[in-house]
Amino acid sequence: MSDTSVLAVLADEQVLTVRRSQATKINTFLLLFAVVMFNAVGNLALAWGMRHVSETMGWNPLGYIRAMLNPFVALGIVLLIFWLLTRMTLLSWADLSFVLPLTGLGYILAALFGKLFLGESVTPAHWLGTIFIFAGTAMVGSTDQQTRGSCAITRCGAAE
Amino acid sequence: MKWLLLSVIVLATVMGDLLQSYEMKRSGEQTVNARGLARLLRMIVSRRHLLLSILCMAISFFAFMALVQIAPLSFAVPASAATFVLETLLAKFVLKEHVGKRRAAGALLVLSGVVLLAR
Repeated sequence: MSDTSVLAVLADEQVLTVRRSQATKINTFLLLFAVVMFNAVGNLALAWGMRHVSETMGWNPLGYIRAMLNPFVALGIVLLIFWLLTRMTLLSWADLSFVLPLTGLGYILAALFGKLFLGESVTPAHWLGTIFIFAGTAMVGSTDQQTRGSCAITRCGAAE
Repeated sequence: MKWLLLSVIVLATVMGDLLQSYEMKRSGEQTVNARGLARLLRMIVSRRHLLLSILCMAISFFAFMALVQIAPLSFAVPASAATFVLETLLAKFVLKEHVGKRRAAGALLVLSGVVLLAR
């Protein structure tokens, strides 16, 4: 194997871990915000669109394909694809046990959107829940985002 | 029926998240730009763990859709938040993440908040 082909293999697989890291804590919170927004707005668009699709969903796949022709449903699906990709990136930067509680912020947004757009009501228990979620995310957010380096589990250790 | 659907949701979500987290830790820090996103799309189709994780997420998504048709959201949302506890435990013991007191307490606070919010 020539030097250049070795380099090409390295570039393909590992150079991203060597390059200057994007995964600072600020960036992690920004990306987290994007992940939560993509999820909440995506779900909202999907729910909104599905309310205007007349047929009820059963086991027939054609029904789902027809539902996707609704522009809100289509928008929701595109947003949820972005949600998936940004969440994958976030999980490459931070622990699952760090990301998971923080995405709990999404439940607050979902409740808020439910009130604003879908006419659901907010009770005192909801406010208490909101406070709990904020307090919990603040606690988790103050811990180290990555307690086991991304290379700790397997092979990319060579790049460190 | 609703408990069956709920177990499917919890199992599929937990499996999906664990596989995804495992594979993303393995592949190193990704970048947020057009090339990075294109690379992620290629990874999804070429890596078994990621494909499997997407499959799990799809199963969990459709099972959730089915659940909310037969049970109220006030049951579906807090019940499926049970994945929080399970995933945090598995993150500690399978993914070997350090879940200290502060992180565990924070996760429990978020969980109780989600349960309150769904009522």
